[in-house]
Amino acid sequence: MFESLSDRLEGAFKVLTGEHRLTELNIAESVKEIRRALVAADVNYKIAKEFTDKVKEKALGTENLLKAVKPGELMVKIVRDELVELMGGEAADFNVKGKPAVVLIAGLQGSGKTTFSGKLANFLKTKQKKTPLLVACDVYRPAAINQLGVIGEQIGVPVYKDLDSKNPVEIALKGIQHAKDHNLDVVIVDTAGRLSVDTEMMDEIARIKGAVLPNETLFVVDSMTGQDAVNTAKAFNDVIDYNGVVLTKLDGDTRGGAALSIKYTVGKPIKFVSTGEKMDTLDVFHPDRLATRILGMGDIVSFVEKAQEQFDEAEAQRLEKKIRKNKFDFNDFLSQINQIKKMGDLKSLMGMIPGMSKITKDLDINNDAFKKVEAIIFSMTPDERNNPDLIDIRRKKRIAGGCGHDLNEINAFMKQFDQMRKMMHKMSKMPGMSDSKPKSKLKLKRR
Amino acid sequence: MSFFSKLFSREKKEDLDKGMEKTKTSLFGKISKAIAGKSKVDEEVLDELESVLISSDVGLETTVKIIERIEARIARDKYLQVSELQAILRDEIVQLLAENNTTDVEDFLPDQGQKPYVILVVGVNGVGKTTTIGKLAWQLKQQGKKVVLGAGDTFRAAAVDQLKIWSERVGCDFYSKGMNTDPAAVAYETVQYALEHQCDVAIIDTAGRLHTKSHLMQELSKIKRSVGKKLEGAPHEVLLVLDATTGQNAFEQAKHFTDATDVSALALTKLDGTAKGGVAIGISDQFKVPIKFIGMGEGIHQLQVFNKKIFVESLFD
Ligand SMILES: Nc1nc2c(ncn2[C@@H]2O[C@H](COP(=O)(O)OP(=O)(O)OP(=O)(O)O)[C@@H](O)[C@H]2O)c(=O)[nH]1
Ligand SMILES: [Mg+2]
Repeated sequence: MFESLSDRLEGAFKVLTGEHRLTELNIAESVKEIRRALVAADVNYKIAKEFTDKVKEKALGTENLLKAVKPGELMVKIVRDELVELMGGEAADFNVKGKPAVVLIAGLQGSGKTTFSGKLANFLKTKQKKTPLLVACDVYRPAAINQLGVIGEQIGVPVYKDLDSKNPVEIALKGIQHAKDHNLDVVIVDTAGRLSVDTEMMDEIARIKGAVLPNETLFVVDSMTGQDAVNTAKAFNDVIDYNGVVLTKLDGDTRGGAALSIKYTVGKPIKFVSTGEKMDTLDVFHPDRLATRILGMGDIVSFVEKAQEQFDEAEAQRLEKKIRKNKFDFNDFLSQINQIKKMGDLKSLMGMIPGMSKITKDLDINNDAFKKVEAIIFSMTPDERNNPDLIDIRRKKRIAGGCGHDLNEINAFMKQFDQMRKMMHKMSKMPGMSDSKPKSKLKLKRR
Repeated sequence: MSFFSKLFSREKKEDLDKGMEKTKTSLFGKISKAIAGKSKVDEEVLDELESVLISSDVGLETTVKIIERIEARIARDKYLQVSELQAILRDEIVQLLAENNTTDVEDFLPDQGQKPYVILVVGVNGVGKTTTIGKLAWQLKQQGKKVVLGAGDTFRAAAVDQLKIWSERVGCDFYSKGMNTDPAAVAYETVQYALEHQCDVAIIDTAGRLHTKSHLMQELSKIKRSVGKKLEGAPHEVLLVLDATTGQNAFEQAKHFTDATDVSALALTKLDGTAKGGVAIGISDQFKVPIKFIGMGEGIHQLQVFNKKIFVESLFD
């Protein structure tokens, strides 16, 4: 129904193609489109207006400059730079020094606080070698305490709960004492969701904050939030003066305009980004990346980092050798599939590659995409997996029987595999392709 | 007013008014500020109107439609008094919404005689599915219906417990196979339970999922099919729950969930928060699927049957 922000901006800049320089007229035209795009992306109407006014000013200032650069590209750059500035300079740090350090989590109902609390604990435990404690202070929503308990079990982090108490302030304080007694170094206090107009509940969160004196107070917000994001962010800020924002559910197709509005209104940095239901889907926020991503240029840096983190260097080199010798077999293929799977949700990964967001938008990609392929390979004998050339028609029939796909499908798959192998072999002989680091390969596409 | 009181008890009307207060004050506070000192509706007033509608999450397309209608009216009547603007705006919104062929429902349950009447509840994470189920079950219980809740969210931590607590609050039946079980099987067996125990209504909860995850959307289609296998024609209702705080993404959600499960009704939750009644206008304009229920709070009685006209009027009263 609505195009994405990047599509819209692309549309805006199309207005400029064919024009040789930025003029007052074509700037005004594209600025209007940008404003519409931002509003459709849930950026607050007033902020979108101020933002585009700024862009217009900048663009006019460059009017007769840089005739060599296409005006469309120049506008992209101006918009992007402004977005980055709006999203706020460098990545903010996260302070968990203290004995114990206390992190207070607050936000609206259903924004993703409990899941985020779990992810943060997991992040601190695995990436920073901390010993976190989760404290369950949502005494209102049915089974909320239990929910945190289950999450704690999943990630192997202790959870402090007091099912007899209905007083979140008391529970939080006892939780901190528990951390001290057990020598745990970070306390994460999960609280109930609340509306900013609910004065009683807002008063409660203020009292919790006053009692636990957190090092970090985080406001958790659903990235799909609409125009109201500004009001809510401001109301919470007035009461608890949080020092960081967490954006959740960014793995959807949201355009994330709320993030812009919030940063603009309260001036607090976005510290984390949550992108899935699994406990390891938490990222540190980088403003430039979101700005770039909003513009449809792909979140190239995140992609590279994620790929590197998951990609086993040694394995990559081993594979490359086999490809060069044209010895790539089914075992290698399986191992590649596993590498890709480890990288997380395929679609969200693809979305980070420049140009891919458009293609993948309508494409049906899911992590089950490999199921069929795996079923076929699993029906092969070890010999066959090592040596694809061994597979003749008799063997194909047996494999078909084993995996429940018909012979045509096996044939099609074998043919595809063969083509892929040839292609990989060819590519491996091309100059510049020997570097197995994903980074350098991707940079080529970046222009 | 008699029409009004037929559908809303006094208490409910108060809930709605209270919930909408923030929207009201911000919506019309802004309008009157913009038009102060003006007598004629001109470009500037229309611009301001546009900004007000968009800031209420009405959405671009519907806002443009509304503005165009007012413009057409100005062209027709030549001259439009600013003092009339409010009444005209209300008229136009009500008319616009009436053009979409969705009729308002009158009760929590259509009396179509299916027994059990099976409702499948779907939506993205955290929108209020489970709470809405609890509140709806309570309403039906008040009407003397025998209700069973099926714990089809077997994925999110403690989701089964959460629904169970709601069934206890309501005092209705509950069917579960525990966590990490096949949701399609839970759905199927919930219907079986309803058949065996002569329930009037079976409401099946599902795990929250983003509409962009195709494998999860396929799972939802499968859950729906498995309900149909046990009872032909079921589910009789697929209820998509939308969070009123959500911006334009709500439209994407409606579209994708409809593709996967033929959504037949919408529930809009969290209308007790700040300034966000507008999304109901946008959604009623753009989707044939009617909004049936609105959630006005976390309390068990805070669910209402949605009526477009009353809703729009409550913005202007
Ligand atoms: N203020 C307010 N809160 C609501 C309303 N409906 C639901 N909530 C709250 O929103 C939060 C999430 O509600 P749930 O019912 O758990 O949402 P869900 O869609 O089942 O969530 P998942 O199963 O986790 O996807 C809870 O804290 C509810 O109390 C409403 O109408 N108003
Ligand atoms: Mg639920």
